[in-house]
Amino acid sequence: MRAPASDLPITLAEATVRVGDVALLDRISLVLAPGAPTVLVGPNGAGKTTLLRVAMGLLSPTHGRVTWDGREAVSATRRAIVLQRPTMLRRSAAGNVRYALRAAGAPRGEWERRTAELLRLVGLEAFSSRPARRLSGGEQQRLALARALARDPAVLFLDEPTASLDPAATKAIEDIVAAVAARGVKVVMSTHDLGQAKRVGSEIVLLHRGRAIESGTTEMFFAKPQTEEARKFIAGELLV
Amino acid sequence: MIARRTFAALLAFCAITAVVVPRTFAQDKSIVVASTTSTQDSGLFEYLLPLFKKKTGITVKVIAQGTGQALDTGRRGDADVVFVHAKAQEEKFLSEGQGVKRFPVMYNDFVLIGPNSDPAGIKGMKDVAKAFKVLHDKKQSFISRGDRSGTHSAELRLWKAAGIDIAKDHGPWYKAIGQGMGAALNTAQASNSYVLSDRGTWIHFKNKSDLQILVAGDRRMFNQYGVMLVNPAKHPNVKKELGQQFIDYLVSPKGQKDIANYTINGQQLFYPDASDPSA
Amino acid sequence: MNTDLSALQLVLSADPALIAIVKLSLLVSLTAVLLAALIGVPLGALIALTRFPGREAVIVTLNALMGLPPVVAGLAVFLALSRSGPLGSWGLLFTPQAMVIAQAILVAPIIAALSRQTVEDLWVEYRDELAAMNVAAAARVMTLIWDARFSLVTALLAGFGRAAAEVGAIIIVGGNIDGFTRTMTTAIALETSKGDLPLAIGLGLVLIAIVILINALAWGARRAGERYAG
Repeated sequence: MRAPASDLPITLAEATVRVGDVALLDRISLVLAPGAPTVLVGPNGAGKTTLLRVAMGLLSPTHGRVTWDGREAVSATRRAIVLQRPTMLRRSAAGNVRYALRAAGAPRGEWERRTAELLRLVGLEAFSSRPARRLSGGEQQRLALARALARDPAVLFLDEPTASLDPAATKAIEDIVAAVAARGVKVVMSTHDLGQAKRVGSEIVLLHRGRAIESGTTEMFFAKPQTEEARKFIAGELLV
Repeated sequence: MIARRTFAALLAFCAITAVVVPRTFAQDKSIVVASTTSTQDSGLFEYLLPLFKKKTGITVKVIAQGTGQALDTGRRGDADVVFVHAKAQEEKFLSEGQGVKRFPVMYNDFVLIGPNSDPAGIKGMKDVAKAFKVLHDKKQSFISRGDRSGTHSAELRLWKAAGIDIAKDHGPWYKAIGQGMGAALNTAQASNSYVLSDRGTWIHFKNKSDLQILVAGDRRMFNQYGVMLVNPAKHPNVKKELGQQFIDYLVSPKGQKDIANYTINGQQLFYPDASDPSA
Repeated sequence: MNTDLSALQLVLSADPALIAIVKLSLLVSLTAVLLAALIGVPLGALIALTRFPGREAVIVTLNALMGLPPVVAGLAVFLALSRSGPLGSWGLLFTPQAMVIAQAILVAPIIAALSRQTVEDLWVEYRDELAAMNVAAAARVMTLIWDARFSLVTALLAGFGRAAAEVGAIIIVGGNIDGFTRTMTTAIALETSKGDLPLAIGLGLVLIAIVILINALAWGARRAGERYAG
């Protein structure tokens, strides 16, 4: 139903991000292929956010390289990200979505229709004229999702989208993510919630101290963890 | 897009303002006259200029400054006509080739003002030089314009007539404020001081409080006004026809009569003397 | 007593000469603020968003220029616009346009400095999000100015306050010509020099009332806008 994912696969080869002496990402090699969602797990500070930013193209690795469908430095027209703490622009909810549509270069004539569609998709149609900054945390998170989807992405990065939400709001987000993934969008999501990782992910990557420790299907990861770190993480004993 | 539209609207508004504002202010027939604070503060212009405009349709824009400053405005070519009261400075202006010709217009006189209590005891003195000598000897608080104005020049002449070199021989009692006549009167009022003023400004001045005229009528206190067209040969932008019309009006029988007719509370402020070539 | 009465009479009588003076004051100051905003807001935003050598020095200079003495600005404009000055051929000295220029010079640094602070604060907040949305550089500037517009109103008001209150610059470049370049502040200066202190105070009260009114209007607009945009 949608155009071929031009930015996929995303390939990281020995990608490293160093700030001073600290390696936020340490020689990560990873392929994000079209298909079911990939979930990045790991304790706080493991490098999840950095990895998402590098894969999105917001941050260039200091060593190694990233390619999108084999190319470097591709403008992020088919990628979108929901940041960990999204900033609402000082506009209405609909204004935020319209802004994203304009930034994505959507034709002007489609703004109204697509804004309404996207707000309906995230369940905010009733709040369209509400100032975005007056929305609750969960509603803001959903609005951020609508904004990201306005880019009509082939790949959607989500950085701990439910980190500070209650169970109901978390469920709402997960439902939207599932619907988006079902439409063929590649979802790459970070979380430190193991239950969520199980519910959403089909592939899991465990990060620890900037390194990819283990990756595999969700079933394998939870049923037969291959490394000591993975076993500790599943048991809730892995610390930074 | 909303932002862009608003911005465009703002730009359009500015463009309109830029076009409309000058139009609003545009006045086709007008001249700039650099004159003294005394002619403005005495209210003469408010009375005279509407009469002139009615006759000729010319708007006169008056910049009120001290005589020295007014002549400088003429020297830079920023005025078409100068209308001041310090004959020596006016003649210097002419000799520099800055003015075309000087026409005497009118005179009024200076008055020596002081507090009702008159601590120096100069009230009613006929000899202004003696009065100044007393102020100096008794170190009475005195406010000087100190701004190279006509009044300031007159004051310096009177100190000289009293045999005092005020530039060297003065103490803290002598305060040069470097401001206009009105400010000098306000300062004298507020500090119980003596001050030399032109009569026109004094009569028009509203904050007299306990100030009054103590010495007046000495011939050396006469205050002659002259008018000159700024030399168009030096400053090509000078509107010589319109400026000359203003001068012609001032020295004409009609203008002279209008000047004589200006009174406040029945007191005449200026005495026309265009017919006196020595003035 | 006397003072209050004549001030009140002045306002109530709506004297045409007074109205002309008020209109000219507003026209000059508002045009100056507009002109200064067109220069100051983009300049402030540009400094907020760019990093270049000497940037700190530019910011310090801008902040210092907020305190530029009006007389100095007036004198500079006077010398430039005088018939004997470099721009003398424009014939603008002793006109309202000259007063607009002088006030714009006084107000632009205030608007630029306050805009820079405002836009920079918002930029810290928006930076990641705008990068994530892949917004082009020029559009970022516009977005920040637009989204900071209610805070920028404060900068414009500060500028207007300075323009409306100042007398030193416009009396030099305008000449305080009756019916042509006489504003509220120069009229107050003149009436004071004529010793008509009640009238001067009356004019002063009118000026204060107008400034308060404009601030109230801007405040109301800001509140309404914030309700709408958050």
